[in-house]
Parts: sequence; structure tokens; C-alpha cells
Amino acid sequence: MLAEVPMSYFLTLSAILFALGVAGFLFRRSVITVFMSIELMLNAVNLSFVTFSYHHGGATHQGIEGHLFAFFVMVVAAAEAAVGLAIILTIFKNRQTLNIDDIESMKN
Amino acid sequence: MGDLTNQQFYFLISVVKVVVVFAVLMTVLAYLQWVERKVIAHIQVRPGPYRVGPHGLLQPLADVIKLVTKEDLIPPHVSKPFYILAPFLAITFSLLSISVIPFGPPIMVAGRETYMQLANVNIGVLFILAVSSMGVYGIALAGWSSNNKYSLLGGLRSCAQMISYELPLSLAIASPLLISNTLDLRKLVDSQNGSILHWNVLHMPFPQIFSFIIFLIAAFAETNRVPFDLPEAENELVAGFHTEYSSMKFASFFMAEYANMITVSCMATLLFLGGWVAPWPAEYGSSFVPVAIFAAAGVIALYHGSQAKLKMDKLTFPAFGVIFLIIAAIFVLPIVQTWLLPLFWFCAKVGAILFAFIWIRGTLPRFRYDQLMGFTWKFLFPVAMLNLLVTGLLVALRP
Amino acid sequence: MDVILFFVFAIIAVVCAINVVVQTHPISSAISLVGVMGSLAVLYLLLGAEFLAAAQVIVYAGAIMVLFVFVIMLLNAGTEKKEGKSLVVQLLGVPLLVAFLGIVAFFVQRVFPTTMVHFGGFTGGGVHEIGMALFGPYLLPFEVTSILILIAILGAIVLARKEMD
Repeated sequence: MLAEVPMSYFLTLSAILFALGVAGFLFRRSVITVFMSIELMLNAVNLSFVTFSYHHGGATHQGIEGHLFAFFVMVVAAAEAAVGLAIILTIFKNRQTLNIDDIESMKN
Repeated sequence: MGDLTNQQFYFLISVVKVVVVFAVLMTVLAYLQWVERKVIAHIQVRPGPYRVGPHGLLQPLADVIKLVTKEDLIPPHVSKPFYILAPFLAITFSLLSISVIPFGPPIMVAGRETYMQLANVNIGVLFILAVSSMGVYGIALAGWSSNNKYSLLGGLRSCAQMISYELPLSLAIASPLLISNTLDLRKLVDSQNGSILHWNVLHMPFPQIFSFIIFLIAAFAETNRVPFDLPEAENELVAGFHTEYSSMKFASFFMAEYANMITVSCMATLLFLGGWVAPWPAEYGSSFVPVAIFAAAGVIALYHGSQAKLKMDKLTFPAFGVIFLIIAAIFVLPIVQTWLLPLFWFCAKVGAILFAFIWIRGTLPRFRYDQLMGFTWKFLFPVAMLNLLVTGLLVALRP
Repeated sequence: MDVILFFVFAIIAVVCAINVVVQTHPISSAISLVGVMGSLAVLYLLLGAEFLAAAQVIVYAGAIMVLFVFVIMLLNAGTEKKEGKSLVVQLLGVPLLVAFLGIVAFFVQRVFPTTMVHFGGFTGGGVHEIGMALFGPYLLPFEVTSILILIAILGAIVLARKEMD
């Protein structure tokens, strides 16, 4: 009993992390914290992928696909973090604020 | 001992290994500082620490006592949780990478075989890379939490330098991995078995001399050593990111820097210089090299002792001479040769690289920050990539 | 043993994730996010994904989060001001979340009742297998992501450089 964890525990953990990421994304006002909530969501999704990859087993190619998808998600997250942080730097340079309520000159 | 199950034996031997490695590592860290001060002093034609104990050998003990008993004050304007967390992170990640380094071949302990390594991971090289990537946080948080513009600048510059030099470091690590075809550190050394021609630095199809040099240069930058030590230079930025630290926290940063030096030297030895493999096989007499070295050291010490001018030297030099001769005699005994000789070769190679670190510190001036960053992005990274491509091509074309 | 490991690191991950969302200063959120990524790396090891665990620490925790910490230090981002939230959100938010997660957990448990995770249950996650797959059937996505990274580098350089007049 002590040596095995049911797979559903991992999926529940992934759901918890994803929900926390969505909560942070919706409720926080600072751009950087919103960005970090996005990274939290991506991590939760990676955990799901790897768990399902375990479910399929390692014998066939289906087993490794989850790992590869998680790897590509990581690469895309890295690229997105680089560009996003450059955008944040530019926004700060132009408007001197990091509060997303104040960056609304495109509204109306 | 014979009636322990395999799992109990493994647990017990792991505990023993942890204690031994920790004790040896802490002693080596302390005495590495002594070696550094002595070598730099002799480069600068002065004696170095001389008074505390014979030839300053008790100087590290005095330093430890001083650092431990100093008042550990926390300045009022720092942000406390990160101020206290930063040295903890720095020292933890530095000491963590020693746990996967193999120091020698399998040895027999109480009838069972075990490796001279704390833990073997399939992805040993990636583990060390991961831990050294995490070492950046200690410095970044130290610089930021000190609430001081010099510390912040020093911390940011040091972080930027460390993550920029991780790129040529990783590419320089990837090239000998193409030749050895494994990430496991034990198998990496086993693939270099034979003679000096099988060490990765001289292994056909493409001797990895360039990646060895690139690895060493990147290692200097990763550990913040001269010529890349602008972030902690004393005459540039007060003391960089550890300006506001005192006593044990400052000692943690110091220990972290030396532990990092030891880690990258061990990595260079395992990846390029063949780990514990002797330069020529034991059939041709390489077992007598340590005997010869220690015996020569003993004879030289005895000679200087007979010609000593100072009264203290008349006592200490002959004492050292006798100690060296006893060590040389130990190397002749066949019972210790299975494990002591490979350990000697490993330590000799690591010691040579550490000596190179200290030698360069005493000799070269430091880079300016923009020269440093320009050097990595415009020269070192393209050269490392080119080296990787050529290695890959030649390995693929190997019949 | 595996259960203890799972629960320790799952609790660390959840506590750090709550910290990310709740803390006011961005740098506390960033360090907590590093904690989440570290504990997720250990959970990947439990699932047999050795390469992915190392890549998670090297890429995510060791490079992307360092970038975040850099930007926070450069911009000197201060603590956020607390905005007023409506009473409905504050009263109903957490219970609704817990109820939603309970429903998800129940249904997930019903669909996958038998697969148990333990060390050694998945042996195909090593570097060799990932390498054979990445450079074999999945070569095209691999090359496309390298072009994506090139585009990201160009974009970041263009956005962040000083204006030359």
C-alpha cells in the first residue's frame, strides 16, 4: 500500500494547480504576477501530460508522446517568457506602471 | 556484517559514505583556502600565512573560529526572509552536486561491492547542470535583499554572467558526451578506460582539447573567479553581492564558491581527463608514480630541513619529510592499491585543475563587464557550437 | 515510501502555488513558483520521466524563473495595492473552488481506477528514448521549435533595445 500512488492523485494535483493558476490570472493586478500564473497553468498541464504518458506505458511510441509534448510546452513557454518579459519592459518604460488596470489606452 | 540484508547494508553504507564525504569535503574546503593563500603569496614573492601553526597550517582553523564567533548582525533595512534564505540556497546547491560524483572504481567493503560515490543517477551530468543552474538564485537574492545599490548591481551582474556562461558550458559538456555516449558518470569514466590516449581530451575521432579549454573558461565564469570576478571585486563594487553579510552567512558564500570550484574541477576531470584512469596502464608501472612523487617530496623536505635557517624550520621540514616518506611507503602496500591508486589519480587531476584556478587568480587581471559579456556571446558560444558540430560530424562518420 | 514522497512534494507544490497567488510582492511569488517547479520535478521522477525532470529544473527553474527574477529586480516592482473585491467573490470563491475540485477528483478516480504509480513503473523516459523519438518520428516539430526560438530571440532583442536616433 505504501509503495503505490493511484494515478488519479496526480491528475487531481494537476487540476488544483491549474485552478490556482486561473485564480491568480483573474484576480491579480500586477502584470508580472499574471504572467507567473500563466507559467503555473503550463506546469500543471505538463504534469497531466506526463501522468497520461505513464498510463500508456513505455513499450510503444504512445508512451513517450506525453513526455515529448511536455518538452515542447516547455520550449514554447521559454520563448513566450522571453518575448513577454521584453513586452513588459517596454510597457514599463512607456507608462511607468505595472498595474494592468492602468494600461488601458486602447479601450473605447 | 554477513547477515545484513542487501537493503540494510545499502542504507548503512550510504550513511557511512555521507559522513566520510562530508567530513573530507569540509576539511578540503578549509585547506583549499590555505593552499590558495600560500600559492598566491608565493606568486607574489612573499611567504603567506606563516605564524598560525607551522607554515600557517592552522590558519583555516583560526579563520573558522573567527567567522563563527563574529557577531551575526542583520542590518535593519534588508528584507529579512530573503536575506536569510540567500546564503542557505547558495551553500545547499553547491554541496548538492558533490553527491553524484564518483571518486573511484568499485571497492569491496565487508565482502560486498560498492562504488565510491554517494548516489548514482542515470542522468548524472544533467543533475550537475541543473544544480549549478539553481545556484544563481542565492546570489540574485543576496544582491536584491541587501537593499543597497552596490549589492544589487553586483548581484545582477553576477547572475547575468552566470546564465550567459551556462551556454558555452553546456555545449562544451555535450561534445565529450557525443564520444562517450552516456550521461551516467560511472559509465563516462569507464568509457575512457585504457591510457591517456583514451581520455576524452585526446580521444579519436576528435580530441576534445577545444571543449576542454572552453569548459575551463566557462567554469571560471560560473564560479565567479578571476578573470571573471568583477561582481565581487573589492575595488570595484565594495564587495558586490555579499557586502552586507557577516559571520556565518558570509562564510556560507565563501564555502559555496570553493565548493563550486571543486565541483567544476571534478566535472572537468570526469568528462575530459578520464576520472580515475591512470595515464598509462598499471602493467607498465604507473602504480609507482605516486610512490615516486611522495618519496621525492619527502627527500626534498628532508634536504631543506637540514639546510634550514629558521629554528622552527629545523623541526617542521624534517617532520613533513618523514610524513611524505610514510605516505610513499603506504602506496607500495598491495592491499591498498586497488582503491588508493585510482583515488590518487582522481585527486591528482582535480588538484591540478584547482592549482590552475589559483594560478590564474594570481596572474591575470580581470575583465571589464562589457568585455566579459561580449566575449561569451560573440566568441565563446559560436566556437563551442562549432566544436559540437565538428565532433558530431566526425563521430557520425566513424566506421 | 512512494506515497510519502508524493504527499510531501504535492503539499509543497500546493502551498507554494497558493503562495504565488496570494503574496503581494512579485518576488515572493517568483521564489514560490521556483518551489512549485522543483517539487514538480520530483513528481516527474516518480513518474519515470528522468529527462523531463532534469529539463524542468534546467530550463524552467534555472532559466525562465531567473529571467522573471531579473525583470522584477530591474523594474523594482513594488507590492501591489489591494483592490476591493465584492462580498460574493470573497464568500463563495474558495468553497466553490473546493467543490469543483472535489467533483473533478471523483470523476477522474472513476475513469482511471487501476493504474498505480510507483518508482520503476515507467522505464521509457530516459535520455536515449527521448533522443530516438525527437530525432526520429518527431523531427519536424523539433526543427520548428528551433525556428520558434529564433523568432523569440529576434523579437526580444527588437523590443528591448534602446532607440537609436
